[in-house]
Amino acid sequence: MDDREVRIIEIKKSVYENNDREAERLRGELREKGVFLINLMSSPGAGKTTTLIATINALKDRYRIGVMEADIDSDVDAKRIASTGVTSIQLHTGGMCHLDAGMTRQGLEEIGYEGFDLIFLENVGNLVCPAEFDTGASANAMILSVPEGDDKPLKYPLMFSICDMVLINKTDVIPYFDFDLDRCREGIAMRNDHASVIPICAKTGEGIDLWTAWISEQIEAWKN
Amino acid sequence: MHELGVVFHIIDQVEEVAKDNDVSSVSKIILQLGEVSTVIPEYLTDCFVWARAKHELIREAELEIETIPAITRCGGCGRTYGTVKYGKICPYCGSDRTWLEQGSEFMIKEIEAV
Repeated sequence: MDDREVRIIEIKKSVYENNDREAERLRGELREKGVFLINLMSSPGAGKTTTLIATINALKDRYRIGVMEADIDSDVDAKRIASTGVTSIQLHTGGMCHLDAGMTRQGLEEIGYEGFDLIFLENVGNLVCPAEFDTGASANAMILSVPEGDDKPLKYPLMFSICDMVLINKTDVIPYFDFDLDRCREGIAMRNDHASVIPICAKTGEGIDLWTAWISEQIEAWKN
Repeated sequence: MHELGVVFHIIDQVEEVAKDNDVSSVSKIILQLGEVSTVIPEYLTDCFVWARAKHELIREAELEIETIPAITRCGGCGRTYGTVKYGKICPYCGSDRTWLEQGSEFMIKEIEAV
């Protein structure tokens, strides 16, 4: 038998505690510098990049915009964003399914965040993991697309509960899917009664004006 | 789904604590994991086993996971029920004014060092 003495060291700390602390610190720095960071999340294929392009085109004359694209691999999205003329960088998560506050800080330093009014962080396409890790963003927004179904707020409660804004994208295909907008709104409200909900169609531009108006309001409030 | 990511967070914290307490080898790490924390214990253990080989401090460490049951309280009738079985809607009165009382925890409880 092993007769070495065993020491028990009590920790009693959340696994997420260090990340949460780093995220708060980062949020404080962004506020001080007047930089509004939106963490944009969704499933793969919900239309994050198309929505971002429509959003950037509507806002780029008013704000200095930067984009950080997080992907497990490839630079397909960053190239599409670059076509709008705004600064974009690609972050590779090296196989990880989400970004944490430390990775977000690295990205912000790489892009030189102090020179921007508005930065989008396009998180990894996934409704589970990104919700667990506070990135330090000023606001969390997510896109739910019509083909995914109106029951997603019930299936992925954490994601919906942490978002300030839920965009319901691809409204042009509602007639072809069994998607009930009211039922979806109810599901979101049940998880999070503070979340704003805007139906949009990134392809036709529907609802983008409401979304960009929301962003402008948030930026003004953040700077004051 | 993000078990590997959280394993790195756990290792970082354990390394911090070990340094503060002059520990050179950890023999056991005890976690507390809520039933609805979205972390799957089996995957977590697999990721841990993979990652520990790369860290001298925890190379010999065993991972023990204590489960915290998920319990939801109903604001309608005041009763509590098992979250995993019934979800958001109270099985007693049908109310959806319910909130999770426990079960989303993910804590490092303690470590054992030799």
